[in-house]
Amino acid sequence: MFQACADPKSIEGLSWLFCYLTSAKHVDFYWSFLTVLLLLAITAPASLGMGFLGATAARSHIAPVSWLGKVYIWMVRGVPDIIFFLFFVIALDQGIEYAKSLVVCDGGAWPWQGMEFRVCPAAKVPLAKSAPFWHQAYGFMLAVITFAIVFGAFVANVIYGAMNAVPRAQLETAEAYGMSRGQVFRRILIPQMWVYALPGLGNLWMILIKATPLLFLLGVKDIVYYARELGGSKTQAYEYPHGDWRLWYFLGLMVFYLVFTRISEIGIARLTRRLSHGQATAGGEALRKAAA
Amino acid sequence: MSMTCWETVQAYALRSIGIGENLLPRSEFTLCQQFTLIGSGMIWNLYFGVLALAFGFFLANAIALAKTARNPWIRKPAEWFVFIFRGSPLFIQFFLAYEALVMLPKGGIDILGVHLNTSWTTRAWAGALLVLFLNTAAYAAEIFHGALKSIPKGDLEAAEAYGLTGWKKFIRIEWPTMLRLGWPAYTNEAIFLFHATTLVYFSGFPAFAQKGDALYYANYFADKTFNPFIPYPIVAFYFICLTLLVTFVYGRINKRLNRHLPSNTRSKIRLRPQLIR
Repeated sequence: MFQACADPKSIEGLSWLFCYLTSAKHVDFYWSFLTVLLLLAITAPASLGMGFLGATAARSHIAPVSWLGKVYIWMVRGVPDIIFFLFFVIALDQGIEYAKSLVVCDGGAWPWQGMEFRVCPAAKVPLAKSAPFWHQAYGFMLAVITFAIVFGAFVANVIYGAMNAVPRAQLETAEAYGMSRGQVFRRILIPQMWVYALPGLGNLWMILIKATPLLFLLGVKDIVYYARELGGSKTQAYEYPHGDWRLWYFLGLMVFYLVFTRISEIGIARLTRRLSHGQATAGGEALRKAAA
Repeated sequence: MSMTCWETVQAYALRSIGIGENLLPRSEFTLCQQFTLIGSGMIWNLYFGVLALAFGFFLANAIALAKTARNPWIRKPAEWFVFIFRGSPLFIQFFLAYEALVMLPKGGIDILGVHLNTSWTTRAWAGALLVLFLNTAAYAAEIFHGALKSIPKGDLEAAEAYGLTGWKKFIRIEWPTMLRLGWPAYTNEAIFLFHATTLVYFSGFPAFAQKGDALYYANYFADKTFNPFIPYPIVAFYFICLTLLVTFVYGRINKRLNRHLPSNTRSKIRLRPQLIR
């Protein structure tokens, strides 16, 4: 990357360290932190949407829809989430390829044959000849969908509880004013539920941050992947030979997560304060008294 | 050579702890094999969960108390301990612990003429248990600390009016009330600790001689058969049973902790989602 780093074997000390930390592989490592942030940026709103749908379905007056919502919410309880992660990634992949095979392959044979899953080469997603980038992107997309489904169920649970926590009298008053069911939902229920949902959503956000290393399990080249790759001992055959430094790389990841969760904690506390203004809750009352 | 289901159970029911058939099935996987081997793996999930919770409970109490201490030399380390274990992913904690334990000298350490063997610490049964123990202690300490702070003021004043002070007040009033208030949340912590035990063989700690937990075997079958629709639901089934069992046991304890209260003021256990840590 830099002129001075052209021959790493001839330099020592701080400049060696500088060259080492700016090597091409390390730059990839730094970019992979963005992968984690990107995952969070996509997953958070996606699971919020999924959760909203789930909670609304669970509240539905149509029995099958409400069962569907409730089953979705209860599904993730009692079962370790990592099982869902491992399951969904393969199941989604196979489901997509099976669906594609029905269209592009002739015959459309049942793909689960004995010990393997076999679809015609044209039905592979992405195609075997695609660029590595697409394989990575597809893996990332599967991960995002899996995260959204699993976390969506948790969000749905929080929002379902928050919707039930909005005082009945508020909704009844709105009905008395002649609002339709949809109007009550949009104008009264949704704006008021956030303050009740926020503690739960904040907790979920922290959990979501701490779930991101699971990307590694899903085969995405994330920060855990690079920490293992870069930290492993390198022989003289490498440009920058060193011993087993994985401990230091993982310490770095640990600090990254601690700083990230701490900042989030402070941010959530501020948001809670803002949302509590003027609310008929203990938090809102405390703010009112402090101001008076 | 096909085995009856009973033969399969005899061969593989204790496979995860190294008893029975040495070779894992390699072809013609039956439903019975999958149920048996994955069930065999549950032994490890139970081992990690039960021991981590049992030891962690005591450490959690100590740390919850340390967090309320006025002396910063006691309070600060407790706060940092909780912050580090709750603020970082368990997944990373496993990796970090494994790398740190691997760095211990292979031949063992000589301290004051006593030779300490270190190789066993990198094994999952010891190393991963240590991480889970510290992790659950941190989460439970936060729960108990919160409970300690929300003990009604009146209860403490009443205790003092009866002449209870210091240690006596703590052991007879504060501690039981803390447990009672914190128990529903602690039940959830126990459930999610059991769930967290599935991470052990997916992070730093390797499974020796294919002796792993339930998810390890489920993953083995899913890899071999390319069919996730059978092994993963089987693990899910086992864990739902385990969750019900934990809820039942902790519910009985909760009942006992609340036995002196009128039925309408008892704290009920509600399952709260708090998946990965």
